[in-house]
Order: sequence, then C-alpha cells, then structure tokens
Amino acid sequence: MTMFEAILLTVATAATPLLIAALGELVVERSGVLNLGVEGMMVMGAVTGFAVAQYTGSAWLGMFAAILAGAAFSLLFGFLTLTLITNQVATGLALTLLGLGASAMIGESFVGLPGVRMDSLYIRGLTDIPYVGRVLFGQDPIFYISILLTIGVAWFLFRTRAGLTLRAVGDNHTSAHALGVPVVRIRYLAVIFGGACAGLAGAQLSLVYVPQWVENMTSGRGWIALALVVFASWRPWRILAGAYLFGAVTIGQLHAQALGIGVPSQLMSSLPYLATIIVLVLISRNKRLTLMNTPTSLGKPFVPDR
Amino acid sequence: MKKLIMALTVAASFAVAGPALAADKLKIGFIYIGPPGDFGWTYQHDQGRKQLEKELGDKVETTFLENVPEGADAERSIERLARAGNKLIFTTSFGYMDATVKVAQKFPDVKFEHATGYKTAENVSVYNSRFYEGRYVQGVIAAKMSKTGVAGYIGSFPIPEVVQGINSFILGAQTVNPNFKIKVIWANSWFDPAKEADAAKALIDQGVDIITQHTDSTAAMQVAAERKIKAFGQASDMIKFGPETQMTSIVDNWGPYYIERAKAVLDGTWKSHNVFEGMKEGLVVMAPYTNMPDDVKKLAEETQAKITSGELKPFTGPIKKQDGSEWLKAGETADDKTILSMNFYVAGVDDKLPK
Repeated sequence: MTMFEAILLTVATAATPLLIAALGELVVERSGVLNLGVEGMMVMGAVTGFAVAQYTGSAWLGMFAAILAGAAFSLLFGFLTLTLITNQVATGLALTLLGLGASAMIGESFVGLPGVRMDSLYIRGLTDIPYVGRVLFGQDPIFYISILLTIGVAWFLFRTRAGLTLRAVGDNHTSAHALGVPVVRIRYLAVIFGGACAGLAGAQLSLVYVPQWVENMTSGRGWIALALVVFASWRPWRILAGAYLFGAVTIGQLHAQALGIGVPSQLMSSLPYLATIIVLVLISRNKRLTLMNTPTSLGKPFVPDR
Repeated sequence: MKKLIMALTVAASFAVAGPALAADKLKIGFIYIGPPGDFGWTYQHDQGRKQLEKELGDKVETTFLENVPEGADAERSIERLARAGNKLIFTTSFGYMDATVKVAQKFPDVKFEHATGYKTAENVSVYNSRFYEGRYVQGVIAAKMSKTGVAGYIGSFPIPEVVQGINSFILGAQTVNPNFKIKVIWANSWFDPAKEADAAKALIDQGVDIITQHTDSTAAMQVAAERKIKAFGQASDMIKFGPETQMTSIVDNWGPYYIERAKAVLDGTWKSHNVFEGMKEGLVVMAPYTNMPDDVKKLAEETQAKITSGELKPFTGPIKKQDGSEWLKAGETADDKTILSMNFYVAGVDDKLPK
C-alpha cells in the first residue's frame, strides 16, 4: 500500500460518518423540519450497533440494529414536534442530551471490550491493483453505502415526483396542505429517514472507524454534520464535497504535524473547520441560488386546519 | 447569654442529629472531568474510589459527580458535595484548582484533595503522579524494539504533564539508541477516539513502528493492532485491545492513596500536604511486559527497579534542550518545580512545541 493510498483510505473513513449523517439531515430539513438531535441519534446508533454486534458476533446485524435504533429514536422527536407541536430547536437539543445520557447507560457494561470490526471488501485481482485497488475495491461496506446514498438522495430530491413533493412541503407547508399533500405524514417519513441515517453513521463509528464503545464517542460529529448541511446550502453533492474536504484537511493536518513543519497545532486543529466553512461559503455565494435552496418553512411548526 | 444558649441548642441538635444522619460514616465525594466509562483517566480514578469502598466498607460512603467542566460549574459542583455532608472531597483534574481552593475557604472543616495542581491550603492537599517515570521505561523498550528508529507519540495538550512524558520517553530511548527519533501529533483533545485513531494512522503511514499516546481512549492501540505494529497503553491496562500489540501500559493506581487519605481523616491525622509520587509509592504501576523478547523484558524490569529504588532519575544530566543549549550538567537532576512547569523539549524530539 502506498502512502497516497493509505491517506485516501483514512480520509474516506473520516468523511463517511459525516456524509451519511448530513445526508439524512438534509432530507429532514428539505421537508421543513430542523432536527438538532443528530448527535444524540448518532450516539444511540453507535451503542446499539456495538451491543448487537457484540451479542450476535455479526457486524452486519449490528449495523441494521443501529439503523433501527436511530429511526426509533427519531420517531420520538417526530411525535413530539409533529404531533404535539413542541418547539423543534428545544426538542432537538433535548434529543441530543437524552441520547448521550441513555447511550452511556446502555453502554456501561461494554466499556473496555474490544468490538467486532466490519470486514472490508476484498475482490481477488481488483483489490490488488496498485494505487487505486484498495480505494475503489477494498473499503468497508458502509463507505459504498454512503456513496450510493448520496446518489440516491440527489436523485430522489431532484429527479422524482416524491422528492418534489417533499421539497414543496419544506418550502410552503400551507400551500402543500391546500393541494392535498399529507404534510405531517411526509415529515414523519423524512424524520425517520434522517434518524436511520444518523444511526448508520453511528454504526460506522463503533464498527469500522474505532471498533469499541466509549461514552460520547461521537465527539461532536453530529454537530459537524448539521453545519455541513447549512454550509452546503442543502445540496447533496456539496455535502459530499464538504464532508471529504473536512476529512482531507483533518488527516492532512495530522500528517503535517507528524512531519514536524512547526505550525502551531492549535491552528492546525481548527483548519478543517475553517477550510470547510470558507470553501462552502465560496461555492454558495450566489445569493439567489442559496435562497432558492433554503427550505422556507424550515423549523416552523405546522398545524393543519381541519 | 442568649448567644450561648443558642450555641448550646445548636450543638445539642447536632449531637443528636449527627450520628442519626451519618451513622458515623465518613462521606467522601469525587469530582470527575469525564465519564467513568472513558477507560482512561476518569476510569482509573473511579477504580480508586471502588478500591476505597471495598477496603473501608461500612466506614465510608462515596459519591461522585461526573463530566464536571473545569470552570464556574466546578465550583458549584464541589460546593454541592460539601453541602451534602462530604468531609473529604477529591477533585481530580488540573483545571479544578482555583475552584477547589475557593470552596475550601467556605468549608474549613471539610478536607479537600486536588489532583495534579500546585495550590495548597490548611484544608487543601495536592497529589500528583510521576507518570514520566513509566514513560522512561517505555522509551527504553521502544528503542530496543523499533526497526525504523522512530516512534510516534500522540499528545493531548502541550501542558507540562504531557511534555514531561515526551521528554522522558526520548531520554529513555537515547540510552539505547542515541539517534532515536519521535514524531509528535497533538490531538488537541483528551478524548476523541476517532481523531486518535486518525493520528495513529498518520504516524504509521509516515514510518513509525511504535505508537505511544497521552490521550485517553484505546483507539490508537486498536489501529496499531490492525497495522501489526507495537504500542504502549495509557492510564489503564489496554491489553484486551491489542493482545499481540501492547508491550506495557502506564496504569494510574490511585486506590492506595485514596485509602490512605480516607484512613487519615478517620483517625484524625489528616494534614495538608503536597505530594508528587511515582513508582516507589505505587502510584505508577506498569502493566505486564508482553510482546517482547526476554532480553528487552529484562532490561525494562531492571530500569523499572532502578527508578523505583531511586537509583535512576529520568531527568538527570547531561541533558541538552532541543535548541542545543545546556539544561542539566552531568550528574545534575531536575528539581520538582522545574519538572512540574516543563515547557520545552529536550534534544532529539522531532517536533516544534506549540506554545
């Protein structure tokens, strides 16, 4: 394995959880709902994935359980904000706090146990191709899912009728409702999809990235995913670009440190955040386009008039 | 007269209520910076608390507050423990220093113990551990075991406690291989498993074949195991995460100290002090030496024995600073004050220390 290839692989592993969680949140926000509970759903996914993989010995079962856990957890958010019309910001924050606390409790007996690692793909011949083999054909399954997910979400939102309806709900729920679109049902589905994605992102952390469970192991990645959605002005391919840029600068600064080039490490550690914000702000500096992409009903409660 | 009667009444009510409430148990409180489930720094403090409970049984009752941020929150949390009737309170992170001293002034009859700081008072003790002694042994092992002659070191923050470790490690390594090098990556975090794993991968990709860390999770150990190189654990014994990888680990062993201090309060012999203890007193314990040939193991054990007996002090001259200037003359040893405020590298570290 060449150094170049090794770096690419590390970048992909670092970017994947951000990408998956951000894609989920993108769909949620496009439907007009702001769920700040990404971090909480992600950490629930991480602990569930780890626990189920530990009991069954299968990383795949762990992954599916994590997706279900994320979805179930988001359903709580959906019920509170869509049915009981609670404040979305406050409920989302509460979901994060609850997730961090509940996962710590569930995971207490798993601390200090080595986890089950999800195997990377290996195709005889293809994976051994120099320079690109490992990157294209030798990664973990969740990496491939994340790429398919990006394509799928982009296609769904902008190339299907259902995607158009979802965006309409996010842009103007009153008009959509008047046209007979089931606003609340669509938002429920979007919220559940977001939760499932966050759960999967959590599973990537505890089954691929660092196969172990420790409290608060997401360390703020849910918040970075949330920020990516906004800075990518609600566009799936920009989220992919943002996540990989963030990953690349993170890994790049670690390599720069190991080379000992003498730039203060505190500055280096903040570089991924700075670089990602600057680049995404630059590519979305067209105000008209940005406004067009911002879901107008984002965060506003919807009470159907009967 | 009135005052006296009131004082007597208060005293009497205490006399009645006191035993009934506390049942003669010594209540002991702990403030933790992280969760007990971090399998690192806080985990080891919590192990110490459990040892204390086991040893003294019915005589003590312990409580802890976890994830207490360093700052204004710390003061409130410490005060809460004091108001709840805890007579001995351990505050287990450097950043609780000022808050501990402040609360201690308000509660003169409560004894406080602050970890890794330097401010003492009549009822505030300070305890610290010479982790760097363990790093020296690790350096010796690393230089013996490394084929590339370069080790990777994942640091948390450039504070004296971490810098001591880096310097001690390279000094130990230089006794075996004078040209030994270490590459340093600062994670700027105590605890971010994914980032620690990335740092380990970056170091390995750049050719180090030994990983050591001063961050709190087991992520780096797992990466080292996956890439089939050797590594050292940190704070707790991480052998389960690298059965064929971990060569040893510095284990923070707080239990004996906690038991000793609780007993002192029970006997009424507690006095404020400032201790900086290491291998000799049993605060620094090395996990079993594994995954190395017998001659290296023997050398490691000898080095450990010499440090324990006091025959070998890691910071003994001649030592040059990184810029080539002289720090310690031949035979001269660094005093504790210099060690506790160490903010420079010694010669041989392949990094620029962030300030």
